[in-house]
Amino acid sequence: MTPLVQLRQATKRFPNGRGGLHTAIRDVDLDIGAGEFVAVVGPTGCGKSTTLSLISGLQPPSAGTVTVGGDQVQGIPGGVGYMFQSDAMLPWRSVLANVAAGPVWRGLGKDEARRRARDWIARVGLDGFENYYMHQLSGGMRKRVALAQTLVNEPSILLMDEPFSALDVQTRALMQQELLRLWAGSGAAVVFVTHDLEEAIVLADRVVVMTASPARVKATFDVRLTRPREVEDLRTTTGFIEIYREIWSSLSAEVDIARKGQTRAA
Amino acid sequence: MPLETATPVPAAAAGEHDDLAAVRAARRRHRATVWGLRVLVLIVVFGSWELLSTYYIDPFYYSKPSLIAQRLGEWFTDGTSKGSIWVNLSATLQEAIYGFALGSVLGVVLGILFGRARLLAEVLSPFIQALNAVPRIVLAALFIIWFGLGMESKIATALVLVFFPVFFNAFQGAREVDRTFVDNARILGASRFQVLTSIVVPSATSWILASLHTAFGFALIGAIVGEYAGADKGIGLLISTAQGTFDAAGIYAGMILSTALALLAEVILGALERRLLRWRPPSQSAGAIGI
Repeated sequence: MTPLVQLRQATKRFPNGRGGLHTAIRDVDLDIGAGEFVAVVGPTGCGKSTTLSLISGLQPPSAGTVTVGGDQVQGIPGGVGYMFQSDAMLPWRSVLANVAAGPVWRGLGKDEARRRARDWIARVGLDGFENYYMHQLSGGMRKRVALAQTLVNEPSILLMDEPFSALDVQTRALMQQELLRLWAGSGAAVVFVTHDLEEAIVLADRVVVMTASPARVKATFDVRLTRPREVEDLRTTTGFIEIYREIWSSLSAEVDIARKGQTRAA
Repeated sequence: MPLETATPVPAAAAGEHDDLAAVRAARRRHRATVWGLRVLVLIVVFGSWELLSTYYIDPFYYSKPSLIAQRLGEWFTDGTSKGSIWVNLSATLQEAIYGFALGSVLGVVLGILFGRARLLAEVLSPFIQALNAVPRIVLAALFIIWFGLGMESKIATALVLVFFPVFFNAFQGAREVDRTFVDNARILGASRFQVLTSIVVPSATSWILASLHTAFGFALIGAIVGEYAGADKGIGLLISTAQGTFDAAGIYAGMILSTALALLAEVILGALERRLLRWRPPSQSAGAIGI
């Protein structure tokens, strides 16, 4: 059976602005099954996000194939949700209008879209904030809006690009817990890109380590920690520390390479 | 009031209340000072003009505030040499409004279209730059030949003056749409057309509104210059008649009327802008109102 998402020899090159080409990812092979939570870690700026944009259909691969649900990706596949690193909600729309946007654009009636939006706003814990504008909300609350906006479409694949990287440590832990709560029972597959290994282990069933630029898949680790998880307690357990050590020994080499590349560039 | 007796105001809250009242009173005093000084500036400027033209300089050339007030009074009570003042005012206002409306609709539509269609913009941009460089005021003369002495020629002049600033701002606004907004909307299921109406147009709105402020001023200039070049009514005609009769006070009176129209439009557009941009963080919109 083909997995839900499959990348085969996927390569993406961009013009680098100096007349040449920059290879963001090279020959990436990746399988993601239905309902699986996969975290992708790698040094900062290595091209992890590019993997997501290939799966989402926002960018076509330069070489290789990307399939979602067995079909080659052409345009944006159905059932994909994408949570961006920066805020993508419209500042001129209220929380309710932002969350209802997806269903309305997909052709649902306005009343039904609003009903679903209200339901999801309550589920992410923003009951009573329906008529607020984005600038009136804190960073954590905006992430909740982004989650509701994405989940209201009931995606079967949820792509997340360092969604919590701009939050303070406590809010980040809280949002990780919220994400796990909302994901449990949704049946959606998650591809969660981060440079924070702790976050990756706490959340995922499987951690994929990518190399320094151009990114390839270096190794894959299964995280055999039981669910449901308490993200803040989990960090101090021996099981967590063991798997952290194992993955870090693989990841740290890439981080070093990326750092050297940066100092050379500087 | 049973509620208040049930929950007596704590001492700390009462202190807070007093502080708040003090802040409000200070703000009121500050506003009164600012307005007082503004009136003082007016009195000093016009007072010294009045004194100078009474004792030192020739009011025949430079006029003086009392003469201008007298001329305005005549216009409103006895009418002007070109008919009732209201007929003239409404003619200018209508020309400016029509020119403003047509010019800004055209500017917004074409600006957003060019902003989203790369190839079109790249091909036509040198021609648009060239058209923009034409001293458009001289077109007023051409429009009178084309459209005659009636309103149409003035509307056309106002239109070409309004079009370019609105067009360039709409163009820039449509270009600078946040890439993430568009990507997010596409993922959420928006079609190309929905991206245009839900993302691009609202994004460009603050740019467009900024240009509309200056654009109405341009529309008035266009209408008045058009009338000046040749018309049967309007403020421009009053000014040109006053010039022909060496009536300096009449020229000033015309200036004051057109200034009043421009200020009125500014107030209406400011209210519209606040209504449309109320989603913005208060610091930003407060700054916009301050200017």
